[in-house]
Amino acid sequence: MLEIKNLVVQIEDKRILNGLNLTVNNGEVAAIMGPNGSGKSTLSYVIAGKEDYEVLDGEILLDGENILEMGPDERAAAGVFLAFQYPLEIPGVASMTFLKAAMNAQLKARGESELSTPDFIKRVNAAAAQLEIPKDMLKRALNVGFSGGEKKRMEILQMALLRSSFCILDETDSGLDIDALRIVSEGVNALRSPDRSFLVITHYQRLLNHIVPDTVHVMHSGRIVRSGGKELALELEANGYADYRESEAA
Amino acid sequence: MPAVQETIDQVRLIDVDQYKYGFETEVEMEKSPKGLSEDVIRFISAKKGEPEWMLQWRLDAYKRWQTMQEPNWARVSYDKIDYNEIYYYAAPKNNPAPKSLDEVDPEILRTYEKLGIPLREQEILAGVEPERRVAVDAVFDSVSVATTFKEELKKAGVIFMPISEAIREYPDLVKQYLGTVVPVTDNFFATLNSAVFTDGSFVYVPPGVRCPMELSTYFRINEKNTGQFERTLIIADKGSYVSYLEGCTAPKRDENQLHAAVVELIALDDAEIKYSTVQNWYPGDAQGKGGIYNFVTKRGDCRGKNSVITWTQVETGSAITWKYPSCILRGDNSRGEFYSIAVSNGMQQVDSGTKMIHLGKNTTSRIISKGIAAGRSENTYRGLVSAHRKATGARNFTNCDSLLIGNECGAHTVPYIESKNATAVFEHEATTSKISEDQMFYCQQRGLSDEEATALIVNGFVKDVLQQLPMEFAVEAQKLISISLEGSVG
Ligand SMILES: Nc1ncnc2c1ncn2[C@@H]1O[C@H](COP(=O)(O)OP(=O)(O)OP(=O)(O)O)[C@@H](O)[C@H]1O
Ligand SMILES: [Mg+2]
Repeated sequence: MLEIKNLVVQIEDKRILNGLNLTVNNGEVAAIMGPNGSGKSTLSYVIAGKEDYEVLDGEILLDGENILEMGPDERAAAGVFLAFQYPLEIPGVASMTFLKAAMNAQLKARGESELSTPDFIKRVNAAAAQLEIPKDMLKRALNVGFSGGEKKRMEILQMALLRSSFCILDETDSGLDIDALRIVSEGVNALRSPDRSFLVITHYQRLLNHIVPDTVHVMHSGRIVRSGGKELALELEANGYADYRESEAA
Repeated sequence: MPAVQETIDQVRLIDVDQYKYGFETEVEMEKSPKGLSEDVIRFISAKKGEPEWMLQWRLDAYKRWQTMQEPNWARVSYDKIDYNEIYYYAAPKNNPAPKSLDEVDPEILRTYEKLGIPLREQEILAGVEPERRVAVDAVFDSVSVATTFKEELKKAGVIFMPISEAIREYPDLVKQYLGTVVPVTDNFFATLNSAVFTDGSFVYVPPGVRCPMELSTYFRINEKNTGQFERTLIIADKGSYVSYLEGCTAPKRDENQLHAAVVELIALDDAEIKYSTVQNWYPGDAQGKGGIYNFVTKRGDCRGKNSVITWTQVETGSAITWKYPSCILRGDNSRGEFYSIAVSNGMQQVDSGTKMIHLGKNTTSRIISKGIAAGRSENTYRGLVSAHRKATGARNFTNCDSLLIGNECGAHTVPYIESKNATAVFEHEATTSKISEDQMFYCQQRGLSDEEATALIVNGFVKDVLQQLPMEFAVEAQKLISISLEGSVG
């Protein structure tokens, strides 16, 4: 379970999150929607522990434990996974090598023993097949020269392999073609389980047709300004954010 | 830039403690008198049981050296070296040279074991696949203490022995080739080496022979105030092939130590020599105290047509590195290659690169250089590509990439290109990059620590060169690079 209480964050003297409150229960899929620049990616970075952000107030509890003092790698080991809006390229490092390094690092951090190479390859091949990622892509340097959609698929592959308990998807649907959207959504749905929760950041209802959320939150100016069920997304799709902008002005 | 800042801090912590080869071995040593004189040279020559012509060669070099000036064009700075404060010869006491491993001082054997270098042939045979065998020559200060697989190599006709032994046993071969690639008068340090060289390896591969195993020499400077001046001479006769590896380590010491080696390679018609180095001399501490001055002249002569010489180097050690393994492409259609990874950290200074001298027709060369600078180090690539008037159809491709870790280090690229033949085609590419904070965060988000993330990104950066190394060395080199850049001892 993730609980965010009164989170206030700034970067370079600019307030981006303004007392944000959010709870995501175990097994829940929560969607966040909100206009450009409202602070969605910032929220995901702050949960994952990116250092540029200054947390002025509030706390983030993962299963009751405050993770704000933890480094990003420790948070990853504790179960936080972020599928990036813009995945990074790592030249010269084969995707396979990267996956192995990441999986073993997390196993090590949890005090478990490393995977044997055959076990590792078996797992990767199974997960890659499900996401229809061709094997030769795994031999290429991570994300280097990958198309936008391929990068997003690679993020979900990592998510599947790392078996994290709290997964954030930051606009994973952008850049995906119609088939890829379905494949990726199926991949995410296959990971849904009572002990894993998701925070799905998106601009479009169409993703939520595939990954049906339990809750939908509207973010505006660094705050959650409204929460509801999956029907809230449909309402937003129809009306946009005009209402919220007015309430902001008022 | 907090994430990168942390990496810099990590890197800063790395000093002597990271250098796991810094131990000292206690063995009784015999040394020459301190300093350099004709007498000292006679002493060395006598110790080695050399013929008169060799002594004369050394004395001529010494005379010449006295008239020479230490070069200062490299982008390195250091206190003046007092050549009379150095011991030019130091050897473990139980000379004459041991005939078998059982006669070698057990302390020395333990040293090599600690360094992870197997000298006992049985052990190598027991544990490793036959085709992976490596014949080792171990040089401890000024003498070779053990050479493995000698008999087996002899069967193949390959001569692999300490050069001091070769001077006695194969004087004609040595006389024919010694100093023909790096002339006695070549440069200050090479001339000094010619006067005082102590040991090193000699390799001769007869015509048409593919050397049945990797040859390898491990150099260890152990004694205090001692210079190491090794001399290596490798001759690949017509149509032969040999792959040679060299590794080097030294104890941690507060004072600087001089290493001035000369390596000469000669490839005759259709022959190929691969020469790989993993240089890990003690780099000095974080403040720049101590460490090896590595002033080395390495040159290969593609003397015959269709010959190939490949230099591959992984340089992580030494306080100062001044080193330009080069190829003279004399034979028509000959090829020279240079693959280099130079890592500098702390206060290290590296000025390294290569020279590709195209003399013959249709000669080709390829240079791939990866410089990684961290801490407050300075890392310079200096390279010359030249085409002689007669070098019709000469081609070169050069790629120099630098990676900076932190804000206090420097990377420099100094390419010289000279072409006297209009048909020559030289290409040069260069990039300088930094490990980005976003890349670091991405890796850490996947669970990698700061150090693991840096190592992974750096390994990606050097991959093209690592691939050139023989398997065993590639793994070792990869570990070494991680150790020199991070807080973790592999
Ligand atoms: N380093 C920075 N310096 C200054 N402002 C920043 C910085 N990083 C982000 N911001 C600002 O913070 C605000 C929130 O950005 P964020 O990326 O979180 O928005 P978002 O909700 O994810 O938008 P989008 O829907 O376009 O992805 C934006 O106004 C952005 O310009
Ligand atoms: Mg965003």
